[in-house]
Amino acid sequence: MHLRLEPRPQPSPLLRWLTPPLAVLLTVAAGFLLFALMGYDPVAALTAFFVSPLTSLYGLAELGVKATPLVLIATGLAMGFRAGVWNIGAEGQLTLGAICAGGVALAFAGSEWPLQLPLMMLAGIAGGMAWAAIPAFLKVRFDVNEILVSLMLTYVGTLLLSFLVYGPWKDPAGFNFPQTRMFDMAGTLPVILDGTRLHAGALVALLVVMGAWLIGSRTLFGFSIRLVGAAPAAARYAGFSTKRMVWVTLLAGGGLAGLAGTFEVAGPIGQLVPVISPGYGFTAIIVAFLGRLHAGGILMAGLVVALSYIGGENAQIEVGLPQAVTGVFQGMLLFFLLATDVLVNWRLRLERPAAG
Amino acid sequence: MDATVAILLTVISAATPLLLTATGELVVERAGVLNLGVEGMMLAGAVAGFVTAVTTGSPALGIVAAALAGAALSLVFGFLTLSLLANQVATGLALTIFGIGLSALLGSSFVGTPTTRLPRLDLPVLSDLPVIGQILFGQDFLVYLSVVLCLAVAWFLRRTRGGMILRACGENHEAAHALGYPVIGIRYLAVLFGGACAGLGGAFLSLAYTPMWIEAMTAGRGWIALALVVFAAWRPLRLLAGAYLFGGVTILQLHAQGAGLFHVPAQLLSMLPYLATILVLVVIAAGPWRGRLNAPACLGKPFRPTS
Repeated sequence: MHLRLEPRPQPSPLLRWLTPPLAVLLTVAAGFLLFALMGYDPVAALTAFFVSPLTSLYGLAELGVKATPLVLIATGLAMGFRAGVWNIGAEGQLTLGAICAGGVALAFAGSEWPLQLPLMMLAGIAGGMAWAAIPAFLKVRFDVNEILVSLMLTYVGTLLLSFLVYGPWKDPAGFNFPQTRMFDMAGTLPVILDGTRLHAGALVALLVVMGAWLIGSRTLFGFSIRLVGAAPAAARYAGFSTKRMVWVTLLAGGGLAGLAGTFEVAGPIGQLVPVISPGYGFTAIIVAFLGRLHAGGILMAGLVVALSYIGGENAQIEVGLPQAVTGVFQGMLLFFLLATDVLVNWRLRLERPAAG
Repeated sequence: MDATVAILLTVISAATPLLLTATGELVVERAGVLNLGVEGMMLAGAVAGFVTAVTTGSPALGIVAAALAGAALSLVFGFLTLSLLANQVATGLALTIFGIGLSALLGSSFVGTPTTRLPRLDLPVLSDLPVIGQILFGQDFLVYLSVVLCLAVAWFLRRTRGGMILRACGENHEAAHALGYPVIGIRYLAVLFGGACAGLGGAFLSLAYTPMWIEAMTAGRGWIALALVVFAAWRPLRLLAGAYLFGGVTILQLHAQGAGLFHVPAQLLSMLPYLATILVLVVIAAGPWRGRLNAPACLGKPFRPTS
C-alpha cells in the first residue's frame, strides 16, 4: 500500500484558500514541539509568541509597523512571481531606497522644508527601481538569471549603506557612532496613533494594496501579467511582451521595496544606521506566497508574519527564547505552505497493489 | 617568496568551501533539480560541525555531523519538490530562510566559543618540499577532499554508467523513466549528495577558515556557489578553475584592504566578490561561449511518473 498523487481535473479553489491557515496551524504545532524539545514550557512560550503581543494597543500598533514594509514589498514581488519573474533581492532594493531617501533628508537637514518627506518618498522609490533595473536590464538584454543578480546586489547595497554611515554620511556630532544625524521633523513620518510607533506609511501600504487589487483584477494589464506567467506562448500570441513584463514587474517590485525602505528610515528609525531591516525583503517572499499572490491575501499574510517578528521579540523578553526562533518559524511556515499546496492540485490516494 | 606562499594558502582556503558546495550543487543540477537552498544547508553544516567539534572535542566528528546536517536539510527539500512536486525555486528559498534561522537558533549559545582549527595533514616528505610543499601537501582534510571530490564527480559523470543515468534524468526525465530508470530515486540521491557537500562547505568555514561560529557566517557563499555552477557550464573541471578564481578575488580584496591599497574604503572592496559574480554571469550569458546552452534540459522542472 502506498500513497499516490492523482491530478485533480481543476485546482481546488476551496483548498487554495484553506491551505494558508492550515500551514499557520501546522507551524504553531511544530513550534509546540520545538519549544518542548528546547526545554521551554511550550504553552508559555507559544502564548508569549502569538498571544500576548495582541493584548495591548502598543502590540497591535507594532503589528502595523512591521506589516507595513512586508505588505508593501510582497505586493510588488507578487506581481513578478505571477509573471514568473523571481526578484529575490528586495532587501537590497529596500536598502537603496533608504539610502536615497536618507540622502534627500540629509541634503535638506535643518531646513524643515515642508516638501522634504514627499521628495524622500520619490527618491526612495527611484532608488529601489534603479537597483531593480540592473537585474531587469541584464535579464532582458543578456538573459542573465535575475535570482542571482538581484541577490548579489543585496550584499552590495548593504555594504554601500555601511560605507556611507561609517564614512561620508556619519553624523559629525554623533560621538563616532556609525549613523547619520537624525532626520528633520519635516523628513519624518507622522505617527497616527499617539503613544505608539504606528506611522502614516501604514496608510500608504493600505492604499497600495487596494491599488494593486484593482490593477490585478480589473485591468488588462493585470490579466496580461497572469497570462505571461501561466502561458507564455499564449501571451506572446496575444501580443503581450515578456520583456516588458520583466521590466514592469521588477521596477514595480523595486519601487515598492524602495518605498518600504524609505518608511523604515523616515518612520521607526529616523536616521540611517548600518542595519535598517531585519530581513523584510526576504520575509516578504513568504508573505507573497502565504497571501496567494493576491492583494487581499497579502494584507492578511503580512499581519500574520509580522506577528512572528513581534512574537520573537516578546518571547525573548518573557521566556528567554533566542531571537532566532523568528527565522525558524518563518521558514517552517513556507515549508508547510508548500507541502500542503500539494492538496490544491492533487488528490492523495492510498493505493493497494493490485492482487494477482 | 614567503608572502606569495601565504597568499596562495589563503586563496586555497577561500576556494575550498566554494568548491565543496558547488561540486554538490553541480551533481544536483545535472540530475535536473535546482536547489536554491544551498546557503541554508551550508549554515546548517557550519553550525552542526562547530557544535559537534566543540562538545566532543573531535573535528572529525564535526565534519561527519556537518555532512549529515546538510543532507538532512536537503532531504526536506527533496521530499517537498520530488515527492510533493512543490515549486523548486520557492522551496529552495524556504530552505535558505529556514537554514539561516535554525543555525542561528542552534548556535546561539556557542557564539564566541573558541575552537581549535582543523588540523593540517602534512603528507610526509612531500610537505617539506620548498614552496609547493606547504601549498600542495600541507593542507587539512577538507581541502584534499574538495579537490578529490570534484575530480571524482568529473570521472563519475563522464566515465561511468551511473553518471550517464544521472545525466539522462537531467536531460530528459521522461525518456529516462521510459527506459526504466527510477528518476525520483536518483534525484533523491543527488539532492542528498548536494546537501552533504554544502554541509561540508559550511563546516570548512566554521572549523578551518575562521574557526568560530557567527550567525549567517556564510555571507552569500552559497549563492556564489550557485553562480559558479552556471559559470562552469555544469562541467566539474571548469568548476575547479572557477572556485580558485573566486578564491583569488576574495583574497586579493582582503589583502588590498589589509595593505590599505588604493585608499578605497573596506566596504567598497568587500563588494568585489559579489560584483565579480554578476560580471561573470553576464560574460557567460553574453560571451561567445554560450555556456548556458549546456544547462540540463530538465533543470527545475517537476517530474511525476505517469505509469
